[in-house]
Amino acid sequence: MLKICKRIVTLIVLLTVLILSFHDVGITSEQSTDTVYPEAAKPRELDIPKYFVPPPPFTEGIFPCSECHAEMDVDTERRELGMHEEQQALKHAGPQQWCLDCHNPSDRDKLRLISGQLISFEESYLLCGQCHGTIFRDWKAGVHGKRTGEWNGKKLYRLCVHCHNPHQPAFKPLKPKQPPMRPADIR
Amino acid sequence: MSRKIRHNAMGIKLDRRNFLKGTALGLTASALPTKQADAGFLDAFFQEHFREMSKEEIEEVLTRLEKEYTEKYKKNVSVQATPHMPGVVFGYGLDLSRCIGCRRCVYACVGENNQSRDPQIHWISVLRFKKGEKWSDLEQSDKYYNPAVVPEPGYFYMPVQCQQCKNPPCVRACPTQATWKDPDGIVVVDYNWCIGCRYCMAACPYGARRFNWGAPKVPNEEFNPNTHYLGNRPRYKGVVEKCTFCVQRSRAGKYPACVEICPVGARKFGNLLDPNSEIRYSIENKRVFRLKEELNTHPKFYYFFAT
Repeated sequence: MLKICKRIVTLIVLLTVLILSFHDVGITSEQSTDTVYPEAAKPRELDIPKYFVPPPPFTEGIFPCSECHAEMDVDTERRELGMHEEQQALKHAGPQQWCLDCHNPSDRDKLRLISGQLISFEESYLLCGQCHGTIFRDWKAGVHGKRTGEWNGKKLYRLCVHCHNPHQPAFKPLKPKQPPMRPADIR
Repeated sequence: MSRKIRHNAMGIKLDRRNFLKGTALGLTASALPTKQADAGFLDAFFQEHFREMSKEEIEEVLTRLEKEYTEKYKKNVSVQATPHMPGVVFGYGLDLSRCIGCRRCVYACVGENNQSRDPQIHWISVLRFKKGEKWSDLEQSDKYYNPAVVPEPGYFYMPVQCQQCKNPPCVRACPTQATWKDPDGIVVVDYNWCIGCRYCMAACPYGARRFNWGAPKVPNEEFNPNTHYLGNRPRYKGVVEKCTFCVQRSRAGKYPACVEICPVGARKFGNLLDPNSEIRYSIENKRVFRLKEELNTHPKFYYFFAT
């Protein structure tokens, strides 16, 4: 009698587990039709407060890219480009990088993360942060890069590309302001 | 003690005490230049120490100064005496791995704080050091470097300004208490109380204080009319001045001028008591040092390496 009872209980338990697991599968399959990238690859929005970033520094007349590219076929082959001088001088991670690692081939007005997620040019820090993680962390904390505004309130952040040309990211040397007068020259 | 009254030729009865009082008053009066002996000058002459004045007295002084500066600089000058914010101690961070020595901060400071253009006064000195050599000795540095572009290979740069010490030797050296540390950590100077003895300059291990050897000159059009009594208001000949973390800006919640101008974002500023501030993040996560910390001055200026 007791044995039969035990069997019935285990059966019920097994059945519920089976039903629940099927239910789970149902949910995931539903989700996968919505999004092409896994949940974990989404940037954690909570980490990134609302910054007050000025618009990206586009060369005049270059944006939106779709103005030219919407009509063009996508050629994924690595090659010298006739247009876009910045490509000729691409000095970013040596030969590892090229245009379509960051620029999205289907919709040229967007950038593409490794996960496949498309982002606007205003959020390009997410793209840079994929490789430069420690710098991205410092930037979010307000330690890498320039801040203006209020030390205890609204701060104006800059995008990475405001100081670093994404195609040649090394900081450009500047002409220094004039040195102080030597005491002997002060009258 | 007997108070012996003397008789003099004029027939004025005068005891010793009144005679001395009269002499002192007479000497003081003769020391006052008669040309400037208007009400404002006398008010300034008999002005109390800033920290001993009541609110109304401070208000009077500020109004008098505003009127004086507005006439002199031909624009509407405001002189504030904004007090410290409670729960705030200012700290400053400077990322030596980013500074390129461009001196933008030096001239932003000059403009914001109405430093004299002639004779030249700079509150910030950018020191250049050779990489890989002994550099902790500031005397070995060069502040007159002038290449075509910076940064130069093989060199690094360290801007030095007032370190706003927690234990400031300059304050202890001042014989008139014309300089003191406010509760938010900013060491300030009352230019009306400074006698120009320059003891504070000798006491400062960072060379951060500057002396007005001549009457400071600031062109009217470059004069910054947003001033603070303890900060960037016009100085007099013969007084000492120094960096105040832009007291007129920082106490209004804004970043100092040097932070806002820095093209590489090497300069960080914030509240040391706020665990979420940029300056606290730098101190907790980066390699940090304070200049000449063996002197027990406890600077609130933190040099760090972010890389």
